[in-house]
Amino acid sequence: MKVSTPTRLTLRVVALGYLVVLLLVPVVLILWRTFEPGVGAFLDSVRTPAAISALNLSLLIVAIVVPLNVVFGVGTALALVRGRFRGRGVLQAVVDLPFAVSPIVVGVALIMLWGVGGWFGFVERSGFKVIFGLPGMVIATLFVTLPFVVREVEPVLHEIGTEQEQAAATLGASSWQTFWRITLPAIRWGLTYGVVLTVARALGEFGAVIMVSSGFPGVSQTLTLLVHSRYLDDHNTYGAYAAATLLMGLAVVTLLLMTVLDRKRSTR
Amino acid sequence: MALTHTRGSEAERSASLPDAVPEAVPDRPVAHSAVVAGLEPVAPTDAEAPSAVRTRRWTARPLGVGVVGLWLSVIVLLPLAALAATSLEGGAGGFVAAVSEPGARAALWVTVWVSAVVAVLNAVMGTLIAWVLVRDEFPGKRVVNALIDLPFALPTIVASIVLLSLYGPSSPVGIHLNATQPGLLVALAFVTLPFVVRSVQPVLLELDRDVEEAAASLGASNRTTFRRVVLPTLAPAILGGAGLAFARAIGEYGSVVLIGGNIPKKTQVASQYIQQQVETDQPVNAAAVSVVLLLIAFATLFVLRWAAGRGRAREVSS
Repeated sequence: MKVSTPTRLTLRVVALGYLVVLLLVPVVLILWRTFEPGVGAFLDSVRTPAAISALNLSLLIVAIVVPLNVVFGVGTALALVRGRFRGRGVLQAVVDLPFAVSPIVVGVALIMLWGVGGWFGFVERSGFKVIFGLPGMVIATLFVTLPFVVREVEPVLHEIGTEQEQAAATLGASSWQTFWRITLPAIRWGLTYGVVLTVARALGEFGAVIMVSSGFPGVSQTLTLLVHSRYLDDHNTYGAYAAATLLMGLAVVTLLLMTVLDRKRSTR
Repeated sequence: MALTHTRGSEAERSASLPDAVPEAVPDRPVAHSAVVAGLEPVAPTDAEAPSAVRTRRWTARPLGVGVVGLWLSVIVLLPLAALAATSLEGGAGGFVAAVSEPGARAALWVTVWVSAVVAVLNAVMGTLIAWVLVRDEFPGKRVVNALIDLPFALPTIVASIVLLSLYGPSSPVGIHLNATQPGLLVALAFVTLPFVVRSVQPVLLELDRDVEEAAASLGASNRTTFRRVVLPTLAPAILGGAGLAFARAIGEYGSVVLIGGNIPKKTQVASQYIQQQVETDQPVNAAAVSVVLLLIAFATLFVLRWAAGRGRAREVSS
């Protein structure tokens, strides 16, 4: 289909115009507003005690969620690919479930389960704070990030098959040795990609976390909650822009990592 | 490694079935591949059938499966089950009453309506952008291509702030979309932008251009070629992407929370209504609307899957 030059140019202008208005101008504008008063103002704004505690809390959540997702994600992927058991189809569906659930619904569901009046309310009543505490935020983040590692490792496991593992087993390797020496190296790029996606989502999650957090500045505010409360509660628009820019920086790093890893994965 | 041999006939049987092996990969719903598709869209890795030499099946140890099942249950299933149970606390009548409250009905209506408009907008603009990215050449194309993924990488609350800086109260261009339905539309269009682009792009790349040339040489105009040749091929990808965008839009919260304004019956979306019900301590209302939202999302994804399966079947039979 040969498109005439005027048509091609029109299409190009419309497509790029849409992207400029929707994506580029807002992003550039916020960067400009953040750095207009100088880099110093930006640094001051992201180095307030509340901001530092928010960054720490976000990183703490990431540090708890990532190892759990790696262990259980790889376990789930192994079970899905290598397992022959009843209910495998159900397991497949459950893994994808978090993609279809609204973040707010995740938060509500967790309150219904872990809240004082919920099924697991005895935990809360015994004095261990789940909802409105760190455990609630961790569980909410686990829910929304659960599919990433599984879905990145699964196709790789399919591709590599089991010949090498069987060979290792034949040569007398124990299950652990086979896993560390054969399986893990083979899935490492898929796993890393899954981890990057998990980190990005964990840092950026807002809806599910705001439902189960008490949102006190300096105590239970993640970076995303900080942006929200600065804009809405403190009317500190500049502070919100600065915190958003910080999150945006993290997102861009993620995007770059994804590009690099994707190339690495496909050239492997 | 949590693997061991199975014994007995079932193992031999499943090994001898040719279709017993790679079923998990085609099963992989579009949702995921679209969400995580990298910058260069890659066709889903088709698992090669493991060598037929293998006679013994490897299978996960019951213990491993048990642990995985327990984990998924505690993290994913039990919360949703508790949600469903709460929504039915007042019986079916209570559920219906909660959902048909004017505020709930209005919020659900606004959500579905705006999401549908966003899906259509995405279907048109996403296809157009994918076309330009595949068939056009211009300096900086790679940058534009990378930019498409930005909304997926950006936290939703940042999307909200970003859009507010341009279309909010302190807009430098004098456009005030704060607390209006067009504001919702812009926010949702922002976060769902990649879906259609990333699902149409790979199909467009693989499209056989000979067919288009054949159509042209037979005297078909560009318009006819597009409508009769290109569009039918792209249609499943466009529909799939738009469906995912719709499913994402109905549950969206972070990107609309600041720009939407949360005005009941006007710009309050379902997720904001749910949050309000939780905050005013009306768990049954919150749970019931949540369940409706979930059902809409499931129905959308189910239809997409069914359509994709039908499309595949047609491809095979033709």
